[in-house]
Amino acid sequence: MATAKLTFSDVALTVNVPSGTRIIEISEKVGAGITYGCREGECGTCLTRIESGAENLTEPSVLEQRVLKENMAARDERLACQCQVLGGEIKVRPA
Amino acid sequence: MPSAITLARPGPGSPVELAPGVHWTGALDPGLRVFDVILRTANGTTYNAYTVRGSAGVAVIDTVKAEFAGAFFERLEQVARYEEITALVLNHLEPDHTGAVAELLRRAPQARIHVAPRGLDMLRALLKDEFADYEVVRVRTGDTVSLGDRSLRFLTTPYVHWPETQCTYLEEEGLLFTCDLMGCHFCDERLFNDAVGDFRFSFEYYFDHIMRPFRRHVSDALDLIEPLEIAMIAPAHGPVLRSHPREYITHYRRLVTKRLASEVAQKTLLIFYVSAYGATSQMAAAVAEGAAENADVRVSLFDLAVGEVAPFVDLVEEADGIVLGTPTINGDAVKTVWDLLASFVDIETKGKLGGAFGSYGWTGEAVAMVESRLQGLKMRVPVKGLRIKLHPTEPELEDCRGFGRQLSAHLTGTAEPREIDFASL
Repeated sequence: MATAKLTFSDVALTVNVPSGTRIIEISEKVGAGITYGCREGECGTCLTRIESGAENLTEPSVLEQRVLKENMAARDERLACQCQVLGGEIKVRPA
Repeated sequence: MPSAITLARPGPGSPVELAPGVHWTGALDPGLRVFDVILRTANGTTYNAYTVRGSAGVAVIDTVKAEFAGAFFERLEQVARYEEITALVLNHLEPDHTGAVAELLRRAPQARIHVAPRGLDMLRALLKDEFADYEVVRVRTGDTVSLGDRSLRFLTTPYVHWPETQCTYLEEEGLLFTCDLMGCHFCDERLFNDAVGDFRFSFEYYFDHIMRPFRRHVSDALDLIEPLEIAMIAPAHGPVLRSHPREYITHYRRLVTKRLASEVAQKTLLIFYVSAYGATSQMAAAVAEGAAENADVRVSLFDLAVGEVAPFVDLVEEADGIVLGTPTINGDAVKTVWDLLASFVDIETKGKLGGAFGSYGWTGEAVAMVESRLQGLKMRVPVKGLRIKLHPTEPELEDCRGFGRQLSAHLTGTAEPREIDFASL
């Protein structure tokens, strides 16, 4: 099974996760400061800064693109409840 | 000698002129005692809506709570015809300001709606199927809408106190429409701050419960407001601030400034605990001891047995980390701990470090419950909570010191990076 290294900078922890994992599935479990609201890509609460490895995440869906735009998200920000890790190394922290 | 203040009251259903062609067309709600479940008011509130007339159009700025739509339309119709309305500005989409929006748009469907970028989704939810019938313009700081000889300029001021809040500036009059910012729940039909009764308490109370949790964002909003020439501030609740408006801006700046400026450069860690038989108290002392080994962390230890949590809120607001020690009693954390956590609703806790520990007899679920709440408060909880059955042994007290050391390391950014597998979570 393909895996990825997902690092949460604010709690200094790297988790080896299977490909396809959504960031929020892990962030809650490890106590990272990435928080959640609706979990459905609507509220924008889980906005997350991708410090490195953005290319190792799935492309934003139409829904995520719309919510990112309406939340005036920066180019390096994604929704933790929407994007999935594909492989390689990704480093994130709360936006 | 100061000139006499005009105490003219608007007649029932009459609009009130703020400046030539600018009118208050809101509603009075003197009977309200509890607003939004959480706020009390001793003399009601007002829902302030405004109308601005220019040579080439009329703008309506905000509306009122739905039950007061009749009063709003009655006043509006005295200063403008529906077909003249070219712009509807929604500075905030909470229901107490948008209760007449749908009906106003049915009567003035040509009006272009101006909202902050994040207002779009909420507007869609408000208007439902009718959303597609209207023209919506998303506006940002610096965007303007012309009314001919007058123009409205927008200031994007998010999170004061919703994501979509904005202010609107009538440049030619120096009149700033701030929605909830610098508002308060105070109902007095004399309307202007130099004519109404003493509303200072209401002003402070409103800030403490509505704006304080968004202090950082209020500060950002003030950065945009302070350079403006201000002749009058027209909020969406309470008195219109026409006398000494700059003093209210200065006062807001004071309110968003740290209340307890730290006299030390260290990170601050507050440890609160409640103890039934002394075990959690022993743990708390050991956690504090371990944390304090780090010279870059100032550790404070507080016994919540005093029962009163309000005095701690200012302290928590300025702290970098908060750790709670609680025994498990009847399968729950103790009430004083929940009371303290509930009081955090009035302050910003996002990004602070949190942690929990406690002694237990049978089940010990209180620690995880508190951790979950800390995460709900948008805090990071990097060190797994520590639970000890009954009184701690000396090795267990060393675990507590280790817990404290880890917390301090995370506070100072010196924690050793760790790597784990998904399966271990």
